Amino acid sequence: MNQQPTLILGALIFAIGAVGLLVRRNPLVMFMCVELMLNAVNLTFVSFSRSLNDVGGQVVVFFVLVVAAAEVVVGLAIILSIMRRRPNATADDLTMLKG
Amino acid sequence: MQHALWLIPALPLVGFLLLVVGGRKLGDPRSGILATAMVAGSFLATVAVFVDLLGKPAEERALTQTLFTWLPSGNLKIGMGFLADPLSVTMCLFVTGVGALIHLYAIGYMKGDPKFSKFFLYLNLFVFSMLMLVLGDNLLLTFLGWEGVGACSYFLISFWHTDPANATAGKKAFVTNRIGDWGFMVGTFLTWTTVGSINYLDINAAATAGTIAGATAIAIGVLFFVAATGKSAQLPLFVWLPDAMAGPTPVSALIHAATMVTSGVYLLVRLNPVLLSAGWANDLIAWVGAITALVAATVAISQNDIKKVLAYSTVSQLGYLFLAIGTGNYVAAIFHMVTHAFFKALLFLGSGSVIHGMSHDQDMRHYGNLKKYMPITAGTFIIGWLSIAGVPPFSGFWSKDEILAGAYNFGSAGKVLWFIGLITALLTAFYMTRQVIMTFFGEEKWRNIGTDADLVPVTAHAHADSDGGTDSADAHDDHHVLTPDHTPHESPWTMTVPLIVLGGLALVGGVLNLPFVDKFELLKRWLEPTLAGEQELPHGATLFGLAVVAVVVGLVGIGFAGLVYNRKRIDPALIEREEFAKGWWIDSSYAWFMGGPGRVFFDGVAWFDGHVIDGAVNGAATLVRGAGLRLKRVQNGQVRSYAMGIAAGAVLLVGFFVTRMGF
Amino acid sequence: MIAPLLANAESVPFNPLPWMIATPLIGAIVIALIPRHRTDSLRQVALVFSAISGGLTLYTMVEFSAAEKGFQFVVNAKWVESLGIGFHLGVDGISLFLLVLTGILFPLAIVGVDPHHDHKPYYAWLLVLMAGCMGVFISLDLVLFFVFFEIVLVPMYFLIGGWGYANRVYAATKFFLYTMFGSAFMLVGILATAVLHQQASGGNITFDLVKIATDQSIATEAARWLFMSFAIAFAVKVPLFPLHTWLPDAHTEAPTAGSVILAGVMLKLGTYGFLRFGLYLFPEASSYFAPVFLTVGVVGILYGAICATMQKDLKRLVAYSSVAHLGFIILGTFSFTVQGIQGGVLQMVNHGITTPALFLMVGMIADRRHTREISELSGLQKSAPIFAGVFTLIMLSSIGLPGLNGFPGEFLTLLGGFKGARWWAVIAAVGVILAALYLLWAYQRVFHGEPTEPNRDFPELRLREGLVLAPLCLLIVGLGVYPKPLLERIEPAVQELMVHVGQHAPKVDVRDVEAPKRASSERAVESGSGK
Repeated sequence: MNQQPTLILGALIFAIGAVGLLVRRNPLVMFMCVELMLNAVNLTFVSFSRSLNDVGGQVVVFFVLVVAAAEVVVGLAIILSIMRRRPNATADDLTMLKG
Repeated sequence: MQHALWLIPALPLVGFLLLVVGGRKLGDPRSGILATAMVAGSFLATVAVFVDLLGKPAEERALTQTLFTWLPSGNLKIGMGFLADPLSVTMCLFVTGVGALIHLYAIGYMKGDPKFSKFFLYLNLFVFSMLMLVLGDNLLLTFLGWEGVGACSYFLISFWHTDPANATAGKKAFVTNRIGDWGFMVGTFLTWTTVGSINYLDINAAATAGTIAGATAIAIGVLFFVAATGKSAQLPLFVWLPDAMAGPTPVSALIHAATMVTSGVYLLVRLNPVLLSAGWANDLIAWVGAITALVAATVAISQNDIKKVLAYSTVSQLGYLFLAIGTGNYVAAIFHMVTHAFFKALLFLGSGSVIHGMSHDQDMRHYGNLKKYMPITAGTFIIGWLSIAGVPPFSGFWSKDEILAGAYNFGSAGKVLWFIGLITALLTAFYMTRQVIMTFFGEEKWRNIGTDADLVPVTAHAHADSDGGTDSADAHDDHHVLTPDHTPHESPWTMTVPLIVLGGLALVGGVLNLPFVDKFELLKRWLEPTLAGEQELPHGATLFGLAVVAVVVGLVGIGFAGLVYNRKRIDPALIEREEFAKGWWIDSSYAWFMGGPGRVFFDGVAWFDGHVIDGAVNGAATLVRGAGLRLKRVQNGQVRSYAMGIAAGAVLLVGFFVTRMGF
Repeated sequence: MIAPLLANAESVPFNPLPWMIATPLIGAIVIALIPRHRTDSLRQVALVFSAISGGLTLYTMVEFSAAEKGFQFVVNAKWVESLGIGFHLGVDGISLFLLVLTGILFPLAIVGVDPHHDHKPYYAWLLVLMAGCMGVFISLDLVLFFVFFEIVLVPMYFLIGGWGYANRVYAATKFFLYTMFGSAFMLVGILATAVLHQQASGGNITFDLVKIATDQSIATEAARWLFMSFAIAFAVKVPLFPLHTWLPDAHTEAPTAGSVILAGVMLKLGTYGFLRFGLYLFPEASSYFAPVFLTVGVVGILYGAICATMQKDLKRLVAYSSVAHLGFIILGTFSFTVQGIQGGVLQMVNHGITTPALFLMVGMIADRRHTREISELSGLQKSAPIFAGVFTLIMLSSIGLPGLNGFPGEFLTLLGGFKGARWWAVIAAVGVILAALYLLWAYQRVFHGEPTEPNRDFPELRLREGLVLAPLCLLIVGLGVYPKPLLERIEPAVQELMVHVGQHAPKVDVRDVEAPKRASSERAVESGSGK
């Protein structure tokens, strides 16, 4: 089976995620873009796993899913608590951790 | 009597310890009496050892006694051991004898000083150290005494330390002596690596056997001579001795005239077998001695402080001693050292008596006609004067004559050395006569103080302004200014008795070594077992001729001074030249050097340390800090710029892999 | 750390060494349990525990056999077995008196100095420091040594930073970072030494000092690199010119007790390290680099003295004098002669008596007058003659007056130096002149003269201060007059070291070192060294 379309789709989604992360300022949207990138990578892994007949790729996908889940739990909690205190804050405003 | 040996230094040490513990309680004058008794006891112990040695045949006259091992290290073993042989016992006899007299004198001189007991504590410690120096059977024990006397000298010069000048003089003496000590230490090392022992008996045996080869012997000789120039105030290190007169007068008499300053001479005589093979080191010693004698004598001419005259005179006389050593006349050196101890201690104590009677004014221009008020002081002082001026039959004549005769016999340069010595003798007679006339004869010049503009009262450094006193600083102001209505007074018996005894010794001290017949040369025959390289003196007519010349020269000096200062036929200003008064600017150029380039160098090193070395350390820290400060701007807190960084990095990495690694 | 040795200690009658380390640590824990406001009991507890540890060092000294060669009171327990790290303790003539010194100085510092605030952490840190110092001197395992060598930094850092003078934070940081910088090299060196030793000798990896030193299996070239990695750490600690600038800052800003321990004990970690981990571990490399260290040592003697002369702060002056004094020890060590090394060890002990005493007195002056500026002080001898007298005694010891304790070590190092490295010693002897210069000049400015107004009521030495100084003064006189008990215990170890060095370093001449059979100082002088 030709995996080229899936790979192209994966690359496209990754690019959308990356650009979105770079250009959007809403923390929540940026967060979703990160999820997009992760899932684009997942897609690529699955696609290669199938074409190379190697189950390892699918294993990695599960790892990524777990990491993403953990990330959502922690990250979303942080973002929500920030949004609660400063409802209109954009990512550019949140620079308290600068060196 | 071997067991009396350790008693000699032990008694003053006990005195020192007792005074440390209970000096303040004993107070004035009991602590002084205790200290004097200890030194007198030490003298008696020395006499006992002396008698014991006399009873033995000449070649067996060496007692040793080792108390314990001091420094054992590998094949080095240094004992706390004493060596009593004719040389060291001779030294001990006059150190303890003259020392006891000066202690007695000091009871009167220091009366009323708030630090009375402390003074005697230091004096006893000094005598102990001096005896260790003399009796030590090895170089290091001598060094112990050597440094000990140096430290005591420091304490005693700066005894009245509230005056900055005294404190500076003490420090100067110690530091200058330490320059000489460098020579002592390196000389000791070289001796040890050469001989394998620093015991005098071993060293001298090795030297006699020829183990110490030419260049090494010269090096050892020169190094110990460097040590001696410090302690015995020779060129170029003599500058501390005149300043050391800041100490109380008994100190000047004991330390800076009779005993400590002769220790350099003693050291070299002790090592005379080494000097025998030390080649040109001997010439160096002789020349430095002769030149020092001459230079110091010229300086003494122009001094107005009664003690400064005697100080430069001491430097000059010490120069004679080194001249004698350099020319191989060790007996003459020891002989003159002994007689010098008698008459110079006498002169110093006499000057102290004068100072005591003149409200601590030390300027001879304020004196005059004191013979009327202080007959005993004047009489004994005159004995000292005639002795140092070389008038027969006073003791100084005999000993100085031997030195000059020995120099005359010393190789090709001997005549020149002899001539320098002769000129020095002339100058000596001159400045001493000047001093005697200014002090004891003529008009009573202090009567003109206040009316004559030249006569500004100059006070010595005061007694009472020292620490621990119950009476505070304002108590002493009144009695230290010489006023026209002052009536000089003779000193108490504790001060005059030592003067009389020393006067007697200075008068007859010559009998120790009379040159006429071998039989009369007591000192020479006594010291002979310890001397390896003694040179022969001229004989018969030559000796007699040289003596006549010396006496004539001395009398000329006295007569000339009489013309200038008594008859006033010649203006003193012609003779008291500025270069004399300023000591040929030697001291002032040292001071300039230390204060100028020396200080700049020291400051430079300190600056280098603070700015370059520590600067490099702090610079490294600053560098790291600066780099951090700049790098932290990258961490700007904007998540999206981090994301941009990550993206760019990822692209770069992929690009690298694709283009370079050939994916 | 302690547990495994308790088992071991039971098999022999009684071994004081582990307890020397353990007692202060237990004391620190006890102090942690006392309420912070009970300052008196804090001090008493600290004193008791440090005194017990100090008493153990005295016990060790008494039980120590002067006739025996090699390490005594050895503990050799397993610690991290898989890595070959052992809990190996032992004492010989080189370390014995440094231990005793540590045992004496800490109780004195605790009695003699009041920290004024935060007593609880202060005493706790002091006790931890004591344990560390003890540990350094008795460790015979590279890793164990390193652990103690580093442990001492922490309490000292807090002591300087917490109880020091105005510029204390800067000084503490500098001290810590500078020393860590050196130790980093040593850590690499330690690891490399063990690995290279294993590769060369086979068998399991081991960090045991005695084993590695005895095998001498590391290749010459590699050993030289390893030696330098150790030497950098020790050079910082000594400190050697030009790595010395942390010292004046740390000494000056440290509280008095800190200065006492720094000067008395911690500087000796470096010189001790040179002997134990330089000469013993890498004899050939040590002799190969000897000219470098001789030069640096001699430069330090003169340079430290000159810098001391120009200081305006009395405490800083004393600090710089340490740079000069330790130069003598380095000179002696790298002269590769029995006299030089023995003198070096003796000088370590004597410097550890004299300089702490000076720091104590300077601390008293600073406490009374709230300044250490020399120009602010004057005429103290008139205000407080006894105080001045004691200071004079200590000062003369520091100058190296024969008959006081400063002299024997200095003399022996110079003598050994002259024998092994003639021209260096000739120049180094000039330092003796400079020592008199800077101390007497400072003494004149501080004690002589007429006291100015604020110095007029300078209080006389108090009883408690006198009691703290009395043992040190007794040692100053006693060890000056009779250093033999020390020398004859130091000598066997030094001779053994010299024989060891002679076997492995062809350049070193040990012909006149006696065969290491029996210690006897009663050897006559006739076995002189021909030169």
